[in-house]
Amino acid sequence: MAGTSYKGSEIRSVDQFISSDGLDSEREKEIGQHIGYRYDVNLLPDYDRLTHFLRKYIEIMGWDDLNWLEDVHMGYEEGHAAVFDRNINGWVRVPDDIDLPDNQQDRDMIARELLVKFQMSERHPMVELREAYRKF
Amino acid sequence: MAGMTPSGSAGDDRSYAMGMHTEQLAGRTQQVFFRPEEGERFLYPWAPEVDYNKRAELDADALTSTEVNARLRALMQEGYGTIVVRNPRGKHSLGVGILNRLNLIFEGSLGYFAVGLIDGPNVRINGRVGWSCGENMMAGTVLIEKNAGSTFGAAVRGGDLVCRGSVGSRTGIDMKGGTIIVGGDTGAFSGFMMQRGRMVVCGNAGKNLGDSMYDGTIYVGGTIRDLGVDAVPAELTDLDKAWLTRKLRQYELLPAQGVDHFTKIVAGKQLWNYDNLEPTEKKLIL
Repeated sequence: MAGTSYKGSEIRSVDQFISSDGLDSEREKEIGQHIGYRYDVNLLPDYDRLTHFLRKYIEIMGWDDLNWLEDVHMGYEEGHAAVFDRNINGWVRVPDDIDLPDNQQDRDMIARELLVKFQMSERHPMVELREAYRKF
Repeated sequence: MAGMTPSGSAGDDRSYAMGMHTEQLAGRTQQVFFRPEEGERFLYPWAPEVDYNKRAELDADALTSTEVNARLRALMQEGYGTIVVRNPRGKHSLGVGILNRLNLIFEGSLGYFAVGLIDGPNVRINGRVGWSCGENMMAGTVLIEKNAGSTFGAAVRGGDLVCRGSVGSRTGIDMKGGTIIVGGDTGAFSGFMMQRGRMVVCGNAGKNLGDSMYDGTIYVGGTIRDLGVDAVPAELTDLDKAWLTRKLRQYELLPAQGVDHFTKIVAGKQLWNYDNLEPTEKKLIL
């Protein structure tokens, strides 16, 4: 992850986007927002770092690996760790009191676990949206 | 516009109740927070409980596509976790919109838009498929034993979409995530406008591979006719090799010589013109 080069900035440290405003290049500073992703979207998961919850999820779904969760990473939004939830098309923030590991692979595993728990919970916006708009 | 809800009334109440207005929007966040104490659930709240060991068979011969899909839903509601569909006879749009875990087996070939919009099931198709198989797939696995038509995995967002045979052109067009694996060859413009995710082609790739790709990764085991605009070769890392080996072995497609010969293609990112465009957009808005 560190050393990954992007059009707008180079990711030098795993904490880069929570220890600063993350606006590196002159153009980012000028427009006041970052350019491109704040994590490596192509980073493949390290399966030695699966959490207990994720192992159980994989088993229950009858899969051999993380499946769709291979595309889930911990990102950063406005100086806070966050995960993008495709079902609500928005970022869901990780509470600040959760200790973040010192590497992106472990952070990604936490992001995957939090996202599954949130998407499957009764308080997810999809529950009400489905009630309001479902066709079958 | 009779019947439209005026702003500030019931429509707003609902969105507030859904927690979407806890504070004024800033940037792109909706300020939704995880709760660490969230319960251990593995399925959507509305998904019926199914048992993989409870098996049903469905003869699609005299049924329409709509009737087959309705029967599949009814069987899931009854707790069947393994369903075998016989005599699909190339019908279109079969097995679409399944948002639950399920083992689904089609004994025969399917028409276009097979198993699109699925989120979770494991599907095996013992035959061929037409255009746009797995279109907008969200999660799960789909394994096709023979060949597939064009736009295989169009706009796929997650999960594994696997064809043991060869596929047509524009494979994975506009794909936004997930993994597409082709055991044979793929046609022209595969990976066109790819945004993220991974495509693995064990055979050869046609012309304009990865044209205008924005992000994501393409691995090709055979020859590449030529690359599209802004698609560039990259170094195959140890993590790539480990992932390819595991994934291809999973679907019994691992070549005898391993994966070291695969070519990795990524976006050159020369088409990312935000730094030129965004200030202009900002001026227009101001």
